[in-house]
Amino acid sequence: MSYRFQFRDVFAQKEAIADGVLVTLQLSAVTIGLGFLIGILVAVSLVYGERWLRSLARVYVEVIRNTPLIVQLFLIFFGLPGIGIRLDVMTASLLALTINLGAYTAEIVRAGIESVPKSQIEAGVSLGMTQPQIFRHVVLIPALKNVYPALSSQFVLLMLATSVVSQISAADLFHAGSIIQSRTFRDFEVYTVISVLYLCLTLLMRGGFGLLYHLVFRRK
Amino acid sequence: MIRELALVDVYFLLLALRWTIGLTLLALLGGGAVGLFVAAFGAARNPVLRGVAMVYVGTVQGIPLLGWLFIFYFGLSIIGYNLPPLVAATVGFSIYAGAFLGEIWRGALVAIPKTQWEAGLSIGLNYIEQLRHVIIPQAVRMAIAPTVGFVVQLIKNTSLAAVIGFVELTREGQLTTASTFQPFSVYLLVALMYFSLCYPLTQYSRVLERKRRVLH
Repeated sequence: MSYRFQFRDVFAQKEAIADGVLVTLQLSAVTIGLGFLIGILVAVSLVYGERWLRSLARVYVEVIRNTPLIVQLFLIFFGLPGIGIRLDVMTASLLALTINLGAYTAEIVRAGIESVPKSQIEAGVSLGMTQPQIFRHVVLIPALKNVYPALSSQFVLLMLATSVVSQISAADLFHAGSIIQSRTFRDFEVYTVISVLYLCLTLLMRGGFGLLYHLVFRRK
Repeated sequence: MIRELALVDVYFLLLALRWTIGLTLLALLGGGAVGLFVAAFGAARNPVLRGVAMVYVGTVQGIPLLGWLFIFYFGLSIIGYNLPPLVAATVGFSIYAGAFLGEIWRGALVAIPKTQWEAGLSIGLNYIEQLRHVIIPQAVRMAIAPTVGFVVQLIKNTSLAAVIGFVELTREGQLTTASTFQPFSVYLLVALMYFSLCYPLTQYSRVLERKRRVLH
């Protein structure tokens, strides 16, 4: 093997890398916020909704969970203009990621809601709590606590999955990789550095979610 | 050259679907082999082995699949092999699937109560016999539903092999789009094909999961 690894060229492009990290973090944060909200709404529809709403939510969850994210992204970014809806790169990325995460989150939160025993709700009723109070304190918060590990790893997976938006030229961390690659021609080095950065982001996020758990669910 | 989207395009997409399935099977084969080691190491008593499994799983799951594909695509050519995308994709997906399958199987192994091992020991089975007759049959039953669930993930994720030029369903969709300029219909068709492959498996995984719950 006569190859000389040259990481210096890659490190010289630290501005491009920093910009990419920032966009990846922004994309992830907005998507997680919106996706979480959609997930809860859809989960509630799945459990308590009228028949039609339940079926609608089910179709949404199944269609999204059984097709690849990159195809959903291509359909939104390349496909929608064909029927007259033109979105810019960032909007398309956010839309695809949010729709995607919403479906996965819904399925997790639904499992959480269904894991709350009936007797708990009856206990709430007998204490004279109102419906919204029961939903909030007896159902939703314990449900989220139960599925917290699954939920937080889904969010970490989402952060990694945002790399797919580089394929429609959204300027995320992975896209920074391809820019640096075209400047330096150090393919292998570039993607090694980018991958290690994603690994760092993953570890940071896992740590952050661990901390958040203690902050939010501290009291028993 | 621009032309109309025709039946022949559907046919070509179906042909490409074979490569989606083929890559999934290759990844399952390679990933299954890696996964066995990851599970065995992860469930071992030796803390060093457990540590190795943990670091492997943590690293693989902490880097986007796109990253692994590019690393192997460009990395293998550095070592001097000018390999077709199929090889890079197979290696990348095996590494990736190995971590997830390993985690699933390790979970199943560890979930078997210690008393089952002791029961095996008390009727005079040695370690290998305990594994073979007592532990593995139970662990397999526990692991099968999540394993089928992961196969669905794998099928969907093979779509990423398109970016290193491996012509599977998604790449064929891109090529068809380029010649017909009808991305909406093409990607809808592509999505439909993935769905018809994945949905039955998802349902099957659910049935298996329900059966397992009834048994326990």
